Amino acid sequence: MCGIVGLFAKSPVIEEHLGEHLAAMLVQMSSRGPDSAGVAVYRDPAPSGSSKLTLYSAHAGERWDAVRDGLTEAFGACAEPSVRASHAVFVVDADAADAERWVRTNRPNLRVMSAGHVIEIYKETGLPEEFATAFALEDFRGTHALGHTRMATESRVTTEGSHPFSTGFDLCLVHNGSLSNHNRLRENLRRVGIDFQTENDTEVAAGYLAWRLREGATLEQALEGCLDDLDGFYTFAVGTAEGFAVLRDPIACKPAVLAETDEWVAMSSEWRSIAVLPGAADARAWEPEPGVVYAWEKALV
Amino acid sequence: MAVAEREHAAVEVVDLETTPLRELNQRLHDLAAGGPGPRHWRVVNPSGAHAVACGLDAEIEVEIDGHVGYYCAGMNKLATVRVHGNASTGIAENMMSGRVEVDGNASQSAGATGRGGLLVVHGNASSRCGISMKGIDIVVGGSVGHMSAFMAQTGCLIVCGDAGEALGDSIYEARLYVRGSVASLGADCIEKELRDEHLAQVAGLLAAAEIDADPAEFRRYGSARQLYTFKVDNAAAY
Repeated sequence: MCGIVGLFAKSPVIEEHLGEHLAAMLVQMSSRGPDSAGVAVYRDPAPSGSSKLTLYSAHAGERWDAVRDGLTEAFGACAEPSVRASHAVFVVDADAADAERWVRTNRPNLRVMSAGHVIEIYKETGLPEEFATAFALEDFRGTHALGHTRMATESRVTTEGSHPFSTGFDLCLVHNGSLSNHNRLRENLRRVGIDFQTENDTEVAAGYLAWRLREGATLEQALEGCLDDLDGFYTFAVGTAEGFAVLRDPIACKPAVLAETDEWVAMSSEWRSIAVLPGAADARAWEPEPGVVYAWEKALV
Repeated sequence: MAVAEREHAAVEVVDLETTPLRELNQRLHDLAAGGPGPRHWRVVNPSGAHAVACGLDAEIEVEIDGHVGYYCAGMNKLATVRVHGNASTGIAENMMSGRVEVDGNASQSAGATGRGGLLVVHGNASSRCGISMKGIDIVVGGSVGHMSAFMAQTGCLIVCGDAGEALGDSIYEARLYVRGSVASLGADCIEKELRDEHLAQVAGLLAAAEIDADPAEFRRYGSARQLYTFKVDNAAAY
């Protein structure tokens, strides 16, 4: 099981209400994934020369102001963090790689959920509806977003094992399915320097994409590489700063539906999630072909 | 209650935005036991709900305005169900008799394991259409995806467009007719001669489906009967 949703705004009205629509889509996928939920939202680009980190702490009373003080001391400037439940978003006056390295070195108790210029990732165990409320998803404005509801099969139900998985700066992956060659592939990727934080199969797919992109592949080439190198069932949705892409395995074991209107493009595991969007009844809807990469992008603002 | 006694004129409209799905299905099921109700039903706002109008067993007509989720009209018996929209996985799976019609596209496993009746998909059906079909007739106005008619046992699949890879893999006695191209045939599936009785069968089903196409443009595919299961010497193994 597991449920995937994606929403790409084509109008300012949808951008304004992105979080509200995303929450409604996510809640519809509760029966596919009641274990945990997560979203990646592309919004509020960090000013030029600075970067954005989403950090997670397992401790309810985390002193985020102390983290900010540390980042300020290291890089000169760091805005007040935006805290939502167990997560906090920092805009740091530094390169994303340097900022991320600082957190890993100096605050190893924190998890870097995402790093880049526009991406923010939030994920937590529990029902999608509880997640949407706890993280006030309806507040989010943004250009596009991905979401995931998880029914765990290959690894434990934890915040870290929830999706989306960040695969590099401003990149993320959500997955419906299971991979069978993830152990061997993880070892191979570790040898070429890809870092893994969990035993989760999806993180391996994310790491695979990160590796291919690092080696110079385009997102489309990296996704097409999945068809040869990943063994298992998958519908993937990949988020980038510019948009998102969808890929199903060649056997198409896992469901997916795409729909488009003048206002938005949406993908989901099931129509139920798309039916809640404005104008859905008149949307052009189709099932993505197996083994074909679908992508939507917009120019960076 | 005999069918003739049902009220023909009245149409019972059920709005799934305000009526729980179980209540709708229960009311439709009650008709099988002779419960009161009209012949004609209209379901609005399905919003992709699963198992809409499942398990019907009465000569009624149910029209659904919008897209439906999984297993719509599953196990259908006697009833006519028409979806004015798209259908997700498993439309009319294990249908016994009656007629199920989809105006738009159908997702995976349309008509899976169906034992009788007629399924008409006016758009495309995706992968595994008619998988393990056992007597159902399926007419698809568009194309079908990969692994369609996998292990199909009896019945008839007519595809007015193209068929995806591995058509009719490990097929038994079902008859497959495709007007367009076939990406590849599955194990033990071969093209066969299109004789007069086959032309008549295609013409009859196209007429029943109200799809206009020339039966002579179709090609027939079926089992070569060469797999292990067809060898009488292996019968004792079971």
